[in-house]
Amino acid sequence: MKPARLTGMNNLWAVCLLALLLVGCDKGTTPGNSNSGGSGGPSTSTGGAEIKVGEFASLTGKEATFGISSHEGTLLAVEEINAAGGILGKQVKLITEDTQSKPGESATVVNKVIARDGVIAVLGEVASSRSMEAAPICQKNKIPMISPSSTNPKVTESGDYIFRVCFIDPFQGTVMANFASQTLKAKKVAIFTDAKSDYSKGLAKFFKEKYLANGGTITSELDYNGGDKDFKAQLTTIRGGSPDAVFVPGYYTDVALICIQAKQLGLNVPLLGGDGWESEKLTEIGKDAVEGHYFSTHYHPEVGSEISKKFLENYKKRFNGKIPDALAANGYDSMLMLADGIKRAGGTDGTKLRDALAATKDLVLVTGTITINKQRDADKSAVILQIKNGGYKFLESIKP
Amino acid sequence: MTDLLQQLINGLALGSIYALIALGYTMVYGVLRFINFAHGDVFMLGAFAGYYLAEPVAKVIPPQTYLGGIVVLLLAMLICALLGVVIEFLAYRPLRKRPKLTVLITAIGVSLFIEYTCQHEKVFGASPRKFPDLIPNTTWELGGLVVGSAQVIVLVTTILLMIALTLIVQRTKIGTAMRAVAFNPQAAALMGVNVNHVISFTFGLGSALAAAGGILFAMNYASIDPLMGVQTGLKAFVAAVLGGIGNLPGAALGGLLLGVVETFAGGMKGISNYRDAIAFGILILILMFKPSGLLGKQQTEKV
Repeated sequence: MKPARLTGMNNLWAVCLLALLLVGCDKGTTPGNSNSGGSGGPSTSTGGAEIKVGEFASLTGKEATFGISSHEGTLLAVEEINAAGGILGKQVKLITEDTQSKPGESATVVNKVIARDGVIAVLGEVASSRSMEAAPICQKNKIPMISPSSTNPKVTESGDYIFRVCFIDPFQGTVMANFASQTLKAKKVAIFTDAKSDYSKGLAKFFKEKYLANGGTITSELDYNGGDKDFKAQLTTIRGGSPDAVFVPGYYTDVALICIQAKQLGLNVPLLGGDGWESEKLTEIGKDAVEGHYFSTHYHPEVGSEISKKFLENYKKRFNGKIPDALAANGYDSMLMLADGIKRAGGTDGTKLRDALAATKDLVLVTGTITINKQRDADKSAVILQIKNGGYKFLESIKP
Repeated sequence: MTDLLQQLINGLALGSIYALIALGYTMVYGVLRFINFAHGDVFMLGAFAGYYLAEPVAKVIPPQTYLGGIVVLLLAMLICALLGVVIEFLAYRPLRKRPKLTVLITAIGVSLFIEYTCQHEKVFGASPRKFPDLIPNTTWELGGLVVGSAQVIVLVTTILLMIALTLIVQRTKIGTAMRAVAFNPQAAALMGVNVNHVISFTFGLGSALAAAGGILFAMNYASIDPLMGVQTGLKAFVAAVLGGIGNLPGAALGGLLLGVVETFAGGMKGISNYRDAIAFGILILILMFKPSGLLGKQQTEKV
């Protein structure tokens, strides 16, 4: 009936990523020389001995800002690695292809970098749909692929050569359950799910399992349809159960209205959510009604680990003072994870590299310490932010 | 118990908005015998008119006062009344002598035209916006019962507008003309009634009510976007059919009933995301068992 706006994982991605970007970027987001796909900057190749790494990213089109951020992170990592002498004494050459944010384009460009350029590994994409397009091609050619920011669980199901450096959607449900029971000490919570979205349902499911296992009680579970305007009916029922907190794993537009209407109804308990919340729009629409609520996401510039401080500094220096967002951090981390794998594999042979990547353990990266699990997803911490004075305040990192 | 009462208040506030929009559907149907599917979009335009008017009005009358709110409401109603007249003049009048189906499909076209034009970046853009607070934002608590000023305003405004509408239709010359045209356009024309004027007036009146509905909706739910009229418009259409299309008190009753039923369904565990399904389920049941609607009779008093 109504044009599907926020349904499905792709759009979900669009939404959360846009959110992350909006937080990170200042007004003058001038994409640096993003098409300069070559090995970065000053370091020219040292003879024939170089490691070719393919990257596919949406540098143009409707999700251009996502692709550019991610690419900038990866580019910075390559430049730093090369400046420090490369991997195993070889310089890294990054070959970047643009997917134009279009379906179908990822398959073409990934085929191209594998067949024509002979890359030893592929990094990309942000959008899960486009990662899923490229994954079978990498799998068939036995070229390891690392997705920086695709969180749909299905991405790594394409085969054993496909990895990711970020966590998967449902994991945030687990994180928020721990946050609710351990930090907020909430004894009973209500869950309010967007019945139209797999993302929301996934988060809700994992939240419920973990929270019950932590000994909490669920007062009520209610649904809404993304795009609804009236949430008072459900919120009145939720209020009736007098919960200590409400888990609302939705997207920012709905969440803003839910916060406003919860406040109107006098439901003054913390609301919790996932990275679908992260957008300027949330605070713009929700104003004071969203203050004090909590959500989880991938990264925040104030995480404060040594490596993340260095990343923040170098990124700002390299890209004219731009503050890195989660996508840039994930892009950076994907290259670092690959470099670590190549070092441990002692070379770039596809099978050996795959095994080395699969054995990644306790690798310290900008977005946290990661271990690759059996599904080739990264086990890592999520950060919890609180909405304060129209901005986000970093609270804590929560381990899986 | 407080929860039940709270749901009733929520439902009545939602239902009054449906009722205001349903009145427009039913009036146009009464006079012209066709469903103006662009009506939901006039509702949306009303909300946007309020959005853009809020700032200039705030310069003259302090913002967040009841007087300021009323001025914005009246201006938006006026703008949408003109829009309704223009839409009728450009899109429907040239087709007056054509089969009803032609006009119906044109109405769908007008609706899509408005929706997608408004979603263009240069017009409103597709992303939702925060509707400014037009009236003082106060809430009253009675026991566990929370009533917001917006909800009270919605109910009061709806009742006042309905009284005004009844007076216009029953007590004025133009109202009599409207009823005459609804009863028999040819005969009315022969009696010296200017049918075109009456039809324009009907569209203007209906659109003004839709604009009022749009502003009340935006006040109550805080955000507006160019597609807000799609679902709400369809619900209001269901409400009009539920009450008996062409029947004014029926539209009001249908709207209130639908709002309350939907709200109770929304608050119930397990079926909370089927509230739309329930609204349209009601439409199907009504069409099956009482096609003329709750208050509609074989010989309805049209408009």
